[in-house]
Amino acid sequence: MNSHTYDYLDGNAAAGELSEIFAMDVTIAEAQCAHCGAIKRFAEAHLYMQAPGVVARCAVCEHVLLRFVKARQRAFLDLSGMRCLILGTSQLHKIVGRRSASY
Amino acid sequence: MGIISRGFSGRRSTADVKLPPGQYLTTDFPVLSAGPTPHVSLDRWEFVIDDGTNVLRRWDWKAFRELPTETFTVDIHCVTRWSKLGTSWEGVSLDVLLADVRTDLSYAMFRSYGDYTTNVPLKDVINKQAWVAFKFDGADLAPEHGGPARLLIPHLYFWKSAKWVKGVTLMSHDKPGFWESLGYHIYGDPWREQRYSGDE
Amino acid sequence: MWRVGTVVALHDETATARTITLDVPDWPGHVAGQHVDVRLTASDGYSAVRSYSIASAPNAEMRVELTVERLPNGEVSPYLTQELAVGDRLELRGPIGGWFVWRAQQTEPIQLIAGGSGIAPLMAMIRSRASTGSTAPFRLLYSVREPGAVFYREDLQTLLDRDNNVGLTYAYTRVAPKDWPRPPGRIDAALIADATWPSNLAPTCYVCGPTSFVESAVDFLSASGNSPDKIRTERFGPTGDRK
Repeated sequence: MNSHTYDYLDGNAAAGELSEIFAMDVTIAEAQCAHCGAIKRFAEAHLYMQAPGVVARCAVCEHVLLRFVKARQRAFLDLSGMRCLILGTSQLHKIVGRRSASY
Repeated sequence: MGIISRGFSGRRSTADVKLPPGQYLTTDFPVLSAGPTPHVSLDRWEFVIDDGTNVLRRWDWKAFRELPTETFTVDIHCVTRWSKLGTSWEGVSLDVLLADVRTDLSYAMFRSYGDYTTNVPLKDVINKQAWVAFKFDGADLAPEHGGPARLLIPHLYFWKSAKWVKGVTLMSHDKPGFWESLGYHIYGDPWREQRYSGDE
Repeated sequence: MWRVGTVVALHDETATARTITLDVPDWPGHVAGQHVDVRLTASDGYSAVRSYSIASAPNAEMRVELTVERLPNGEVSPYLTQELAVGDRLELRGPIGGWFVWRAQQTEPIQLIAGGSGIAPLMAMIRSRASTGSTAPFRLLYSVREPGAVFYREDLQTLLDRDNNVGLTYAYTRVAPKDWPRPPGRIDAALIADATWPSNLAPTCYVCGPTSFVESAVDFLSASGNSPDKIRTERFGPTGDRK
């Protein structure tokens, strides 16, 4: 990793924005980088939040994993930087606290 | 729209000046970035004009800094809604960089160190409309603001003023760059509020 | 989806940080470590959104506590720490995040490392441990600039006094209290060796704070033998425009 300026956050910072389009909690998912093949938790991706959109980059090679733009009534999502997202079946529902009945 | 937060107005200042629609005035200089700040040493830096096949012009830093420069003061307008008025820069005009380039190609894709790109019609970067700037406010352009050199096209939204610019590829047809391919307007005129694709 | 919380209490943690207690009638509950997004909207529709960790343990009263640090050039934090009053309402989205969480079912040793305001989600974990009666061994390494910057000092002292299984080490980076055994400075390998669980106990580590702090702490944890899959991180930083 060669970012000398620590101007990124991580996948946790984008989780709220992404919760508007993903039914599952994306921070727990593992993302495989389409460029270098590294598989890491999306929570550990490098997030650039101070931009005209959200940009998530691979923590290993810094290539773009995901981009997200909200443009008034439309949202644009580019997932082409991820070969895949790997989810466990128990992750198909949002995490809630002990008050919730089902989890 | 959300519930109104009593007493909250945000950072905006009121202005007596006319701003493009939907913009707010700022006196700071916000730093927006889609990726890590590249660190480009001046002995490796170059600016290359190509047509996708052939290199047409190339300058290293020494040659670039020997070109005639201009100081100029412009207003800048970011699509995230802040505007900053009266910013002063020094740079090399694209008219100088394109002076000996003969081409039928009408579009340009500017490329940056890192992976950022942005497209613009060639006619929008000639005739004193665009520069490659290396000084801001009299001092060397800081890396976080795009140094050693950035593109400056003040009449379009500021995402078109690519930081860490390293060259331009001339094209026959318009193609969307980094943000233009993800919902932002292909042209981006702030005075017509062309923020997103589909805006008139 | 956005919920509305009403401010029922405000408590200054330090000269620049305040804890906001919100009553959220339809709160679905949360897990320690999760955060919320807070949205403020001006009368002309201009809005700003920021993320804040939930500092309170999961509880039955549908209360959510957020601790907000006032940033010098902030747009939202000055409002939340100085203008917001009891009775005001805030919009919240959440709870958010299922990776940087601790549940009482976890019985392994837990190493918490906080940089500045990064203590907030870790405090939720400590409070959750106390309220569930968990006996999991916890250690907290809490790095701050100077003594006046410590959040939750009384609460941490209470929980420490009460329980032999919770260890707390403060690390001061700029100004230390008089007679402090360690001169002011950032965390280093020696401090990690002294104050954190030995890696052969395979603790689950949670590191939270500014990005540069987190990267440094993770490097030290890795160097002392903790494997990457036992280290969870949350980076704090500005999400509004940088200046």
